[in-house]
Amino acid sequence: MIEFAQIGTIAGKEFRDRIRNRWVLAIAVVFAAFALVIAYFGSAQQGAVGFRSIEITIASLVSLVIYLIPLIALILGFDAIVGERERGSLDLLLTMPITRLELILGKYLGLSAALALSTVAGFGLAGLAMANQLDLYALLNYSGFILSSVLLGMTFLSLAVMISVFATDRAGASGLAIALWFFFVLVFDLLLLGALVATGGHYGGAIFPYLLLLNPADVFRVLNIFSLEDVRTLYGMATVFPEELASPWLLGGIMLLWIAAPLSIALWRFKR
Amino acid sequence: MANIIVKGQGVSRYFGAIRAVDGVDLDIRSGELFGLIGHNGAGKSTLFKMMLGLLPLSSGEINIDGESVSGRNFRNVRRKIGYLPENLALYDNLTGLETLHFFARLKGADVQQCAAKLERVGLADAANRRVREYSKGMRQRLGFAQALLGEPRLLFLDEPTNGLDPEAIREFFVILRDLQAQGVTMILTSHILADIQDRVDRLAIMKNGKIQSCGSVQALRETVNLPLILEIGGTVTVDQVAQMLDGLPVASIEARLDRLWVKLPREAKMQALTRLMTIGDVQDLQVREPSLEDVFFGLAE
Repeated sequence: MIEFAQIGTIAGKEFRDRIRNRWVLAIAVVFAAFALVIAYFGSAQQGAVGFRSIEITIASLVSLVIYLIPLIALILGFDAIVGERERGSLDLLLTMPITRLELILGKYLGLSAALALSTVAGFGLAGLAMANQLDLYALLNYSGFILSSVLLGMTFLSLAVMISVFATDRAGASGLAIALWFFFVLVFDLLLLGALVATGGHYGGAIFPYLLLLNPADVFRVLNIFSLEDVRTLYGMATVFPEELASPWLLGGIMLLWIAAPLSIALWRFKR
Repeated sequence: MANIIVKGQGVSRYFGAIRAVDGVDLDIRSGELFGLIGHNGAGKSTLFKMMLGLLPLSSGEINIDGESVSGRNFRNVRRKIGYLPENLALYDNLTGLETLHFFARLKGADVQQCAAKLERVGLADAANRRVREYSKGMRQRLGFAQALLGEPRLLFLDEPTNGLDPEAIREFFVILRDLQAQGVTMILTSHILADIQDRVDRLAIMKNGKIQSCGSVQALRETVNLPLILEIGGTVTVDQVAQMLDGLPVASIEARLDRLWVKLPREAKMQALTRLMTIGDVQDLQVREPSLEDVFFGLAE
């Protein structure tokens, strides 16, 4: 039987730690600054300065967030368990009346709350600054972008916690975290594109969109791009991505699966 | 017969071909101060971890107060336990009081008792200082306060005097005696055998994953049957003592530090004392029992 109070105690400590060491504040400032710079100067290359449209802003932010949030999440969570083990505090925690599931969930939820607060505060602040130029539709889209950014952070945080359970030391865990970031953010799409080009699009073209779902960063990209008509056209994604897969609910559900799966693997390993 | 609070039967733990703990049977009585000693690698830390439920057993079983520490009622069992690890690691960014609040919540203990626990270990003045500012001794005392949260019935203390100065060690054992008077059972390990030899009720000596001997320090002394030392003060000479003890199985007589040191078997003690007390030049006579360290090495041989 899960005791939620135990999860809350662990999560509360993790969250307060990040508030206290100003981690949340620092990341929120970075997000707010990037969002504002992109919103107001994103079109400078085209010779225009100032806010143009929420679609263009979100499209630019998606490109930024897809690099930044996975990296931040992996850095935040890679030592969640291995750090406790290496410091020697894990044994003491495990002698408490707490299960390993409660410990992992507590760690994960506390870190998720810190990352979510940074994301919502940072992008929310930028949203407030742009609010007078946004209509309700734009506000909804921007809110959707923030929510999906939170989900993206939570998926990579889940992967980070999984790494932290498997790794034998912090150095190894940090190496794995960086490798995972490279794979999902830089290498995965290149591999897919390479395979597609190498086969001249004759093989695997139909499963290409499904393969994108194997990468939470791509799911985030598709989720945002497909919720904005202008952006969909801009990216040309509509031509390759089947409509039936583009439901925000389905893609959101897939991101939730990306949260649950690594956490489940982490728990399985942690119990052994 | 006293209640058994910790019962281990056939407890074993294998790491591949290595038998870290090998078929240990152990009964620890309620309210006793029990020592667990052994060389590094003897298996005491592994046994400790199994008793705490941190390591699964390869075979056998351990019950605490009649229940398995990893069984269905593990929460109840663990709420009765306090643990001070050997290499204590606390959270540097928390204050002493916040540290105790955190562990009190996890244990389901009243957070109101945290300040009193800090006072008990002499850290009341440092309650609101960050742990990163604590000395090693202060951290150890904070760890001990943590172990006392929730009024545990059983304390596991792994090298508890690490980093403590002599005064703090004495205060630490005073607290242990107070706890024992309240019926708390304590199991402790220590490499400083002199610290525990006069303080534990019973102890177990581990070697190669097995319990080599178990009993009170005095019972172990008698088991090993090491010679006693008679320390003689006064103007008496070696020849006088040798003459007086003639016929007894005396191992050696040495003059050192203005005193004479006579080594002889335990069974000759009373006869030797009776004879020595008749020498007028003997002004002081003390019987030195073998130390726990002597017993430890005696058993190892």
